Amino acid sequence: MKILVTVKRVIDPYIKVRVRADQSAVETDGVKMAMNPFCENALEEALRWREAGIANEVVVLSVGNDSCVETLRTALAIGADRAIHVKAANTPQPLATAKIITAVAKREDPGVIWMGKQGIDGDYNQTGQMTAALLGWGQGLFLSSAKFADGVVTGESEVDSGIRVIQVKTPCVLTADLRLNEARYATLPNIMKAKKKPFETLTPEELSVDASDRLTTLIVNTPPPRAGGVRVADVAELVSKLREEAKVIA
Amino acid sequence: MDFSLNHEQQLIVDTVRRFVEEELYPLEADLEKTGHLPLTRGREIIAQVKELGFYAANMPAAIGGGGLNHLDFTLLERELGRTAMGLSVWWGRPSNILLACEGEQREQFLFPAVRGEKIDALAMTEPNAGSDLRSMACTAKADGGDWVINGRKHFISHADIADFIIVFAASGFETTARGARKKITVFLVEKGDVGFKVLRGYDSVSHRGYQNCILEFDDCRLPAGRILGEVHRGFDIANQWLYATRISVAAMCVGRARRAFDYALQQAASREQFGQTIGKFQGVGFKLADMITSIDAADWLTLAAAWQLDQGEQSSGSANRKIASAKLYASEMLARVTDEAIQIHGGMGLMADLPLERLWRDARVERIWDGTSEIQRHIISRELLRPLEQ
Repeated sequence: MKILVTVKRVIDPYIKVRVRADQSAVETDGVKMAMNPFCENALEEALRWREAGIANEVVVLSVGNDSCVETLRTALAIGADRAIHVKAANTPQPLATAKIITAVAKREDPGVIWMGKQGIDGDYNQTGQMTAALLGWGQGLFLSSAKFADGVVTGESEVDSGIRVIQVKTPCVLTADLRLNEARYATLPNIMKAKKKPFETLTPEELSVDASDRLTTLIVNTPPPRAGGVRVADVAELVSKLREEAKVIA
Repeated sequence: MDFSLNHEQQLIVDTVRRFVEEELYPLEADLEKTGHLPLTRGREIIAQVKELGFYAANMPAAIGGGGLNHLDFTLLERELGRTAMGLSVWWGRPSNILLACEGEQREQFLFPAVRGEKIDALAMTEPNAGSDLRSMACTAKADGGDWVINGRKHFISHADIADFIIVFAASGFETTARGARKKITVFLVEKGDVGFKVLRGYDSVSHRGYQNCILEFDDCRLPAGRILGEVHRGFDIANQWLYATRISVAAMCVGRARRAFDYALQQAASREQFGQTIGKFQGVGFKLADMITSIDAADWLTLAAAWQLDQGEQSSGSANRKIASAKLYASEMLARVTDEAIQIHGGMGLMADLPLERLWRDARVERIWDGTSEIQRHIISRELLRPLEQ
């Protein structure tokens, strides 16, 4: 089985994010970028499946501008076999990205697409679901564990009431939660080998995908600073504050 | 000219940094408190680093090393410099001088060192032979086919955990135009060799948990096969293989300074006094400006010296001068930067709750070992003036 893993380039999770002065977007100029942490987990799982003999090839895919090349090279250094870069002016929105992933999946015919559950920049949490819908495949979302046997993936995800267990037949789209695994280090031999691994560059046009934006961002605001908590005297005051000030109960 | 790291270099930096932060930082407090890392834990670090393929990264790939060039290896050293020497020592970088091993020496010393099975240490300094190394009193006398070593070494870093030591000893005299001069021979001495003892050294203000040791040789008899390189040619192989160790010192100073700076910057941006963050006071803001400028300057001096070595110019006086400049400047920079990082933190900077007081103490030795600042200045000025001598 071949596994397609999508990797997104986002602002380094340890960087303090700032809004651009014109409030059009988050500032990315001169900001350290990194692979989306959930995508790291997706890649790690795919590599483990390859090492376990479930998969024989791990192909990484990233959609976006030229800087995605670095993210893909990192994925190759971590252990992926081959990389595909679909070059777009900027990071396309979820539906366009899902269409591109769908088009690549049709060419590559993977048994599984492993994705991060969401990008930590836009936090849409849509691309995996849309991709599954466009392909007409099953989906296993927010997985904190995943096992493959006889063409079926059995996975677990955390929900409010406990752990939900799902089963999904391949081919399918799976999305990774942070608890799924711990991403490995890039080893020195793999770092040195990464440059020699196959690397393909495509465009949305070559895949016959319209990658234009359909959503318009009106304004980006910094969240209001958190106000300090208050101590209440009794339950009555708590209920009153929840109703009158926080307006979370009617 | 391109000053950016290529992708491989960036990944090397990222990997080493992540390992240092995730695996080694958590061990620092205990190391500092107890003065040592349990050997089993050290062996675990070796196993982890081998798993990463980074063990003996300085050694040629043909013999199982990482095959990094000087520049890439310097980047690695810079990131390792962020943590304590008592921890980074387990990220093995066997001495390059072991590449002078021949015949059976390769099986007995070089290859096990590259595989992380044996740890090496280097012994030159003696109580009365510091900067004036050739004045060493440790002697090696030929006796039949063997050599007999007598004398005492001190300040021998991590000899406590080493399996064998590369020992420099005076093996005779030669006459030169400037009078009689000692001839030096290098020996490979193993723990357990009769007449050889490793003793605990002194308690140092710098690098707790990275033990300096005293070596005692009392009629330590070694076969001629333990001579590294040629008899009486000890300084030749030292010059041939050890020219770059000062770059490692410089690089580690840069890494450690950047760590201290990260604390200082955070503190300046978050600590409020008199109604504003203290970084907005020029007295603090200008400190940050001076700190980062000198750190960057030291970084570029160091990387440029390493780059020059990769151009195959290690034997040139110019490379030697640049290495000396990097070591001199980076070690003095570290002293200033750690001092100012503490100043920005005020009293809290002196408390062991933050690593700053440790970085400040550790900084002191960098201006002394591997050639004092004065020796580096001597090298630099000598290289400048030599071509102009009448």
